[in-house]
Amino acid sequence: MKINHHLDESTLVSYVAGSLSQGMALVVATHISLCEKCRESVIETEAIGGALLEQMDSSEISDTSLETILSQLDEEPIAEPEKGVTDQSDGLVPPPLRSYIGESLDSINWRRLAPGFAYVDIFTEGAGVCRLLKVSPGKSILPHGHRGSELTLLLRGSFSDEIGRFAQGDIADLDDQVEHQPLVDKDQGCICLVATDSPLRFTTLLGKLLQPVTGF
Amino acid sequence: MEDWTGTLVKMASTQDKSLYVLLYRHFAPKVKAYITRLGVSEATADELTQETMLNMWRKAHLFDPAKAAASTWLFTLARNQSIDWMRRQKYPEYSLDRMEKSLEEASDPDTAEKHVSSYRMTQVINQLPENQAQVIYMSFFEGRSHAEIADRLMIPLGSVKSRIRLAVEKLKLTLRGEA
Ligand SMILES: [Zn+2]
Repeated sequence: MKINHHLDESTLVSYVAGSLSQGMALVVATHISLCEKCRESVIETEAIGGALLEQMDSSEISDTSLETILSQLDEEPIAEPEKGVTDQSDGLVPPPLRSYIGESLDSINWRRLAPGFAYVDIFTEGAGVCRLLKVSPGKSILPHGHRGSELTLLLRGSFSDEIGRFAQGDIADLDDQVEHQPLVDKDQGCICLVATDSPLRFTTLLGKLLQPVTGF
Repeated sequence: MEDWTGTLVKMASTQDKSLYVLLYRHFAPKVKAYITRLGVSEATADELTQETMLNMWRKAHLFDPAKAAASTWLFTLARNQSIDWMRRQKYPEYSLDRMEKSLEEASDPDTAEKHVSSYRMTQVINQLPENQAQVIYMSFFEGRSHAEIADRLMIPLGSVKSRIRLAVEKLKLTLRGEA
């Protein structure tokens, strides 16, 4: 998979720090599972976390804590390596997303909202929205700005906007500076995973009415 | 400076509890300090620290010294333990192939180099301009999103991101031994 659009370093920091919303963390983890470059970058960012941990002032730990834990070690089962799934053939859902939507992109129960648009909400705890969005070929997603951050990962198909062309595996990592109008390519519809970190995207009444249609 | 990464690797292969004690004494107080700063009660921090340190024992054979220093690995264990406790949902993890690889490859890590990096990194973190250090600390130790940081500091979201980018750029150069 040739990936041209990657995660912003600042997004990776939030992911590694554990400070992303659940939905955005899911999109990040899914991109990283597809993208060697961002995976390398995450490993480097984790090293920053390690250095920060190393320089923490130590909290006090009671002696009994160590004794308790030592008495437990023999009974502790040794962890099995978790199975990494490497099959990334088309139509298969990338591993981090599987526990949320199942294994196949072709067996999703879409909710149709308007001609050419369907979606599925993915339940994630906390602030923001996470949903899978399916848009028909040649359709344009309405122009929108962002109050917070928005992540859009292409799982199938492609679209183009002011920034460039986004194909399978690419991620659009946008903040509130960007206003864009993605246009889905004509040959194939697209399926993307979208997450935002603030619950409300539009402040106008018109925007609120359109919100479920655009998915943003 | 102690070679904690080497100690962890040795503990994993020998199951030597005296090495576990050394690692526990070094890391548990730091892990607890980290977890406490995320804003949980003392009792919960104690509990999550114990769970993290138990995981260090249970998962030690999955540790890959070619990918991370011991402190980095402990950081990820502590982070996952805390987030999974704070949320009812498991924090999404990317891919576990690196764990699988650690079993297949007989690693010959240059742990000393990792430690120099870790040490130098600490220095570089301490030398960051205050406004960059601040956003790094707020991300890592208070678990704040970019939007929350922007609100709190009353600066635009874009400024939060660019400060983080600048800080990370310096830190990563250090990590790669280029600065
Ligand atoms: Zn990437």
